[in-house]
Amino acid sequence: MAAISPDNRGLRLAVRYLVLVLVALIFVLPLLFMVMSSFKPDQQLLADTSSIRAFLPVGDVSLGNYAEAFQRAPVRLFVFNSVLVTGVTVVLSLAICSLAAFSFVFLQWRGRGLVLSIILATLIVPFETIAIPLLLIVSKLPWIGLDGVEWTWLNTYRVQIIPWIADGLTVFLFVQYFKDLPGELVEASRVEGASWFQIYWRVILPLSGPVVATAAILKFLVMYNQYLWPLIVVQQEQYRPVMVGLQYFFQLNVAWGEVMAYLTMITVPVLAFYLVLQRAFIASIASTGVKG
Amino acid sequence: MKTINRITAGAFVAYAATTGAAMAQTDVSMWYHGAGNEVESNILNGIIDDFNASQGDWSVTVESFPQQSYNDSVVAAALAGNLPCILDVDGPIMPNWAWSGYMQPLDIDESLVEDFLPGTLGMWDDELYSVGLWDAAVALYTRESTLEDLGLRRPTLEEPWTGEEFMAALEAAKASGDYDYALDLGMNDQGEWYPYAFLPFLWSHGGSLVDRDSYTTAEGALNGDAALAFGEWWASLFEEGYAPGTSEDPADQQTGFIDGSFAFQWNGNWRAVATMAEVDDVVFLPAPDFGAGNYIGGGSWQFGISASCEHPEGANAFIEFAIQDEYLAAFSDGIGLIPSTPSAAQMTENYAEGGPLASFFDLSADQARLRPVTPGYVVQSKVFTSALADIANGADPADTLDAAVDEIDSDIEANQGYGHE
Repeated sequence: MAAISPDNRGLRLAVRYLVLVLVALIFVLPLLFMVMSSFKPDQQLLADTSSIRAFLPVGDVSLGNYAEAFQRAPVRLFVFNSVLVTGVTVVLSLAICSLAAFSFVFLQWRGRGLVLSIILATLIVPFETIAIPLLLIVSKLPWIGLDGVEWTWLNTYRVQIIPWIADGLTVFLFVQYFKDLPGELVEASRVEGASWFQIYWRVILPLSGPVVATAAILKFLVMYNQYLWPLIVVQQEQYRPVMVGLQYFFQLNVAWGEVMAYLTMITVPVLAFYLVLQRAFIASIASTGVKG
Repeated sequence: MKTINRITAGAFVAYAATTGAAMAQTDVSMWYHGAGNEVESNILNGIIDDFNASQGDWSVTVESFPQQSYNDSVVAAALAGNLPCILDVDGPIMPNWAWSGYMQPLDIDESLVEDFLPGTLGMWDDELYSVGLWDAAVALYTRESTLEDLGLRRPTLEEPWTGEEFMAALEAAKASGDYDYALDLGMNDQGEWYPYAFLPFLWSHGGSLVDRDSYTTAEGALNGDAALAFGEWWASLFEEGYAPGTSEDPADQQTGFIDGSFAFQWNGNWRAVATMAEVDDVVFLPAPDFGAGNYIGGGSWQFGISASCEHPEGANAFIEFAIQDEYLAAFSDGIGLIPSTPSAAQMTENYAEGGPLASFFDLSADQARLRPVTPGYVVQSKVFTSALADIANGADPADTLDAAVDEIDSDIEANQGYGHE
C-alpha cells in the first residue's frame, strides 16, 4: 500500500474529494430519493426502494402524484400560511433580538448581566414544557384589531407569530457577534453625536450581515418546521401550516407517492431560502464558531 | 302588471322563506378526523347538507382534521375551552374523554341503535356516549392456493383454527421455502395498531390488558400464567423466524402479501378491497383460538357530543339523522368499512349477503371484543405496544410483562382509579 506523502498533493486531493463526495451523498441521496419517488406510482416506488432505481427517474414517471396531492390537500394555502408566518416571524425576530443584543452589549444599565443570564437560561427549557401554559394564556388573551376586541388568539396568524418572535438563541447569536465588533466604532459615533438608534441602524447593523443570515436561517427552519404549536392553537384549515398539512397524507392506506410530492413541494422554499443566504451563513459560522 | 306583481310577490315570499329559514338555523359546530380523505369528506358533507336542508332549526358546520393528530387537537381544545358541539371520537378513547369531562351522554332514541354492531356503540358508566357509522375488523389474509399447497384445512367461524393448527400452518409455510416469512403482522406500525390487532391474541390465550371486572389493576391479567403463555408464544414468532420484527419495511407491509413474500397476513378490512384487486384467490380467515376463544378488536370512530355544547338538542338531532341506513351504506361503499347494521350491510356492494367482504361483517358480529372500556386505556395501550415491541426485539416476556403491569398499576393509582371502584 502506497504511503501518502506530504508531497503527493494530487493523491491527497483525490482522497479529500472522495471523502467529501461520500459525505455529500449521505445528505443528497435522501433528497434525491424524495424527488424521484414523487414521480412514481406507489407500486413502483415501493418496489424500487430495494435497488438503485430508487434514485433514478426510471419506469412509469409522471406528475400524477403532484396532481393528486393538490386534490388531497390545499397545498398552496398551507405553503402560503407557512411562508407568511415564517417570514413575518423571522423579520420581527431579527429586529427585536438584535435590538435587545445591542442593548446588552453597548448600553450601560443596571442588571443587564442578570437579565441576559435569565434570557439565556430559557435555552434549556424545552418548548413542550411550556406549551400547555402558553396555550391557556393565548386562549384567553384579548386582542384589539380592525374588527374590535377579540377575546382569544386561537385560530389566527398572530398566535403562530408573536410567541416566537423573541428567543434566547437569537439574542445569544447577536450578543456574541456584537461583542466581537470594535468598540471604537460605537465610541467614535457617540463623539460625532449619533443617537443610539442611529448607531444601531447605521453602524452596527450594516456590519452584521453574517449573523443576520445565520439567525435568519436558524429561525426560518424552526418556524417552517413548526408542528406542535400550530397543532394545538389552530383548529381551522385556513390557518394550518405545511407540517400539520403533511398529516393529510397519512391515511389508513398511505399514498407514498403523494407524500413524496408534497414533501418535495414544501422543501422548495427551505432550499431557496438557504441558497440565497448560504454564503453569509457559512461566513458567520466560520467567524463565530457557531454550529448550525 | 298584475302578473308581474304576483311574480314579484311570489319571489319575495320565496326569498323571505328561504332566508328566514337560513337565518333561523342555529349553528352547530362539528369536528371530524377525515381531512385528506376526499371520499370520506364528500360523504360526510353530503350528510350534513341533507341534514341542514331537512329542517330549519340547526345548521351543522364541519371542520376536518388529519386523523394522525386529531386526538391531540381535541385534548388541546378541551384545555383551552374551545371544543365544538359534535365530536368525532375513536371508540377506545371515548371513556377517557367522557371521564375527563369533555363529553356528555347522547340523548337519542335508543331504538335507532338497537340493531347496531356492539363495537359501534360507545358506552361509559352505563350510558351511551357515542355511536359509530361503521366498524372495522381484522382477519387472517391468505390465498386459497396457499391453503391447498400447504395441505391446510380452511378454518371457519364455527370451527376456527386452534393455536396448534395455526402454528402448524406457519411451520408448513416456513418449511415450504416459498416465502420470505410465513406471517406478516405489520410490526412497523407501532401506534394503535398494536393493541387493536394483538390484544385479541392475548385474550385468546386467556389474558387481558387489565382486570376487566374492576379495571383497577393489571396484576394477574397481564402477567398471569395465561399472559405469560401469550408472551412466550409472541416471542417465538420472531425467534423462530415466522414473522418480521419491528424493523419491518413499511413497503413490505403494503405489498409483501400481494407479492407473495408472506403466506399469511394479519390485516384490517380497510386493505381488503385493494388486496382483492391484486390477488384473485385471497381468502379472509377468522382469528385462531388459542384456548380461551377467538377474538378480534372492535370499536372504530364514532360521533359524540362535547360537554360544553350549547345546543345538544341540535347535535343529537344530527346524530340521529346521520345513523340512517342509507348513510351507513354510503360510508361503507366509499371507504370499505363495515356498516353498523345488518340492514345497511344488505345495501352495500361488499357486505351484502354473498358479497366479497360479507365474512368481515360476520367476524365483527361474532368475534369483536371491545378494548378495555376504561379512561386508563390511553396509557395502557401505549404500555402494551411498548411491551410487545420489546418482546419482539428479544426482551424476556416475564420481566417485560411484569414491568408493564407495574407501569399500568402506577398510572391507575396516580389517577385515583380512573373512577372505577
